[in-house]
Amino acid sequence: MAMDAPLVERLQTALGIEVGLSHGMPVLQLAPAQVFDAARTLRDRFGFDMLLDVTAVDWLGQEPRFEVVWHFFATASQTRVRIKTRVPESHPEVESLKPLYGSAAFMERECHEMLGVRFRGNTDLRPILLYEGFVGHPLRKDYPKDREQPLIPYRDA
Amino acid sequence: MTTTRTPIPIVPDTPKVPTFDLFTTKKDELVGWARKFSLFPYPFVTACCGMEFMSVSSTMYDTDRFGAALPRFTPRQSDLMMVVGTINHKQAPVLRRIYEQMCEPKWVMAFGACATSGGFYENYAVLQGIDKIIPVDVYVPGCPPRPETVIDAIMQLQDKIAKQHHVILRGDF
Repeated sequence: MAMDAPLVERLQTALGIEVGLSHGMPVLQLAPAQVFDAARTLRDRFGFDMLLDVTAVDWLGQEPRFEVVWHFFATASQTRVRIKTRVPESHPEVESLKPLYGSAAFMERECHEMLGVRFRGNTDLRPILLYEGFVGHPLRKDYPKDREQPLIPYRDA
Repeated sequence: MTTTRTPIPIVPDTPKVPTFDLFTTKKDELVGWARKFSLFPYPFVTACCGMEFMSVSSTMYDTDRFGAALPRFTPRQSDLMMVVGTINHKQAPVLRRIYEQMCEPKWVMAFGACATSGGFYENYAVLQGIDKIIPVDVYVPGCPPRPETVIDAIMQLQDKIAKQHHVILRGDF
């Protein structure tokens, strides 16, 4: 495959999967087990040297319930790519990208505390924005919006 | 806009001298008048209301006219805590610790909608009004409040201070 072929075609050839386009950005819909190898291919062969974001979407009522989303950026060619994978509520776990991108450590911590997705291989999944002792995952759609977990007792008003 | 707080009981330890009866009625007024123009605010600024706080404390609106100009960035030297902005649950222990570090007499102003009631944040993170953890003397509505609203609040607080009894004033003067 020639280097001047469109990125989508080159990704399809390299990864052997169908690559979609969303608002001009290539989107790879993968199985959880494929994510790590695909990210390594993106980094080593396509120059995606920057991990922009790790997050997840809660599709409450659907199965598998969670969709974990990664965004990558290639600083040389100024292009972006997105990886998506679905994980079930009973086992919301994917492979950590910490060995490939150091910045994954903190973003996975945030994703873990907010949505409860576990990242296998990330040994430090302590809360980063929330406080120790917070019960539940506040960005899950079934977390009650008015549920408060104060750290100090309220005054009797 | 204002709330009441239980007054500190004053116990005279020596009998009253009749000569000072006039002073007894007027001295509270005198001390109150002096005290209301010597507020030392501690700005606990956490959010966008801070921009409005800068506006109200600088030249254009000039809270110096009310004796409340000089911010003290330590709670130990201040007597008015202005809680300017959103307070979340993670921050609440810090806010109460700082309130406890302030010396009596002390007053608290809830500046803006978030400090007053949580504002439009009703979620897992935000404290729904600082009066859940510390007593508040004056609430300033607005998101953010107009400087005129803040000045009005300072004046209402001054009226409240002027009517308060000072703990150093005893019955026998």
